[in-house]
Amino acid sequence: MDVIVCVKKVPDTAEADVSVGAGGREINKERLTFAINEWDNYAVEEAIRLKEEDEGTVTVVTVGGKDKEDILRRSLAMGADKAIRLDMEDPEDSFVLANVLYTLIKDQKFDLVLFGAQSGDFNSGVTGVMVARMLGISHAAMVNGIEVLDGRTKTSRELEGGLNEIYEIKLPALFTIQTGINEPRYVSISGIRKARKKELKVMTPADVGVTEVKPMLSLEKMYLPPPGKIAEIIGGSPEEAAAKLASLLKEKGAF
Amino acid sequence: MDFGLTEEEKDIRGAAREFAEKEFPDRARECDLNDEFPRDIWKKACDLGFVAPYVPEEYNGAGIGYMGTCIIVEECTRFDPGIGGIPMMIALGSEVVMLYGTEEEKEKYLSKIPTGENICCFAVTEPDAGSDVAGIKTTAVKDGDEWVLNGSKMFITNGTIADWGIFLAITDPDEKKVHRRFSTFIVDMDKAGVNATKIRGKMGLKASDTADISLSDVRVPEENLLGERRRGFYNVMGFFDRSRVYIGAMGVGIAQGALDLALKYAKERKTFGKPLASNQGIQFELADMKTRVEASRNLVYKGAWATDNGIATPMDVAIAKWYACESAVKNCDQSLQIHGGYGYIDEYDIERFYRAAKVTEIFEGAKQIEKMIIARGLLA
Repeated sequence: MDVIVCVKKVPDTAEADVSVGAGGREINKERLTFAINEWDNYAVEEAIRLKEEDEGTVTVVTVGGKDKEDILRRSLAMGADKAIRLDMEDPEDSFVLANVLYTLIKDQKFDLVLFGAQSGDFNSGVTGVMVARMLGISHAAMVNGIEVLDGRTKTSRELEGGLNEIYEIKLPALFTIQTGINEPRYVSISGIRKARKKELKVMTPADVGVTEVKPMLSLEKMYLPPPGKIAEIIGGSPEEAAAKLASLLKEKGAF
Repeated sequence: MDFGLTEEEKDIRGAAREFAEKEFPDRARECDLNDEFPRDIWKKACDLGFVAPYVPEEYNGAGIGYMGTCIIVEECTRFDPGIGGIPMMIALGSEVVMLYGTEEEKEKYLSKIPTGENICCFAVTEPDAGSDVAGIKTTAVKDGDEWVLNGSKMFITNGTIADWGIFLAITDPDEKKVHRRFSTFIVDMDKAGVNATKIRGKMGLKASDTADISLSDVRVPEENLLGERRRGFYNVMGFFDRSRVYIGAMGVGIAQGALDLALKYAKERKTFGKPLASNQGIQFELADMKTRVEASRNLVYKGAWATDNGIATPMDVAIAKWYACESAVKNCDQSLQIHGGYGYIDEYDIERFYRAAKVTEIFEGAKQIEKMIIARGLLA
């Protein structure tokens, strides 16, 4: 089975101080650290597992400048076979990006295309699904299990409330992968060494025939959520404060 | 001159950081509290090529030299000094086999360290001889085609968990030149007469095993003499000239880790209505710490690079080890001070770093020994 995995480098915002830039339409990126999108990492691992179970190749693809190559090398070190970097600025608009990736992928040989279910930066969760539509192939989103059958897969999707639904899907297909589908492996030194001998192809938009499309959305404004009222200071004498606290707890159902 | 790491070195840094960041924090406090060596993490580190990575590929190592080793050690000790020591502490002494061993010894002993089949130890220090290496009293006497070892060793890392060890003993007490009285031996730790006892009550670095070892009529075959007879002292010095580079990297990692903890706390903690970090007094402290980290890192990288290129002097390595390890202690002190009272309880990681840091100024050559080496280099 030949699998293509689309990966993206995103800022780590979990513990960082995020601020909005002067223009009000983007966050300040200078102080942020970037890494492979968490969901994409699970997708890379899943592709490698599928390859290890059954013959085939894994190709990882990203869109962006040379500074994005480390996530490709990382995926190669985990066990992917080759990588493609489309050398252009990441459009940051899901529809435009989907169009770019579609143009690139349609000429590649594949049975399965994997995306992360969403990306840690914009969290739209739509790029993969749009690419599937453009390619005209079946898709499933939020996938948390893949079993390969003959020319088909048995694919499990995560629903709300811990429920799953299972489909049999004919290949070729595109799945967007949910975290937790597997446990991604660490990168080993021998993996890093092997990765250096694998192909990391750089292509230009002209090479793949990217045509310009207009974004379907326009970003008006970005802002940090205003701090909510989460704490109430109870004043008064100790007796008054204790009585007030007791009535509050009772009111909220603590007793 | 190029101050940048190669692409491969950057990838190694990223891989080590990810491993340490995911594996260590949940276990660090518990291992320290219980004097527990985390075998599962050691095995994982071996699978990834992080243990004794200076060992050449033909003996199952990663073959990435001391530069690569230092990058891994730095990233690992940044997240926990105790568990973070695994990449090199578990392999202490293996360099002596790498540098002076025969092909058979390298196959039989060295090649089992990176794979996790074996752990080794380096037994030089004795109750009455630490920095004064030539003051050791353990003896090895030839008896037929065997050597018989007697003596006691102290503060031996991995003493109770090692499969084999490198032991320094007096073989030629009548040699005129004191430094030519010693030889090194490989001793399998399950030999009759070898008795290792775990040392408890260490101040820090408790995820790393430390023991005293007694040797009582321990008989080893003739071929277990490692390297040339009468060259033992020099073998030990050859080892220290390399191990001090990665102990320096441990200093850098601890210093960086202490800075990371200080930065996090200073941004979160509010006093007098504003974050600690907004006070210039705190900012100056952070600047001190950052400068020490950078200076130490560059000294260690220079020492590692020179070692890999075969042009390191003992002075280069001593400078790096002394400065980086002192920086670790100073940064931990400043970081704990920034944490205030919370830094003094074990709910916060800085107290574990603080307790661990001190030993880096003591083991692998106390800092006064490093200064003696530097002065000797200047005055020679």
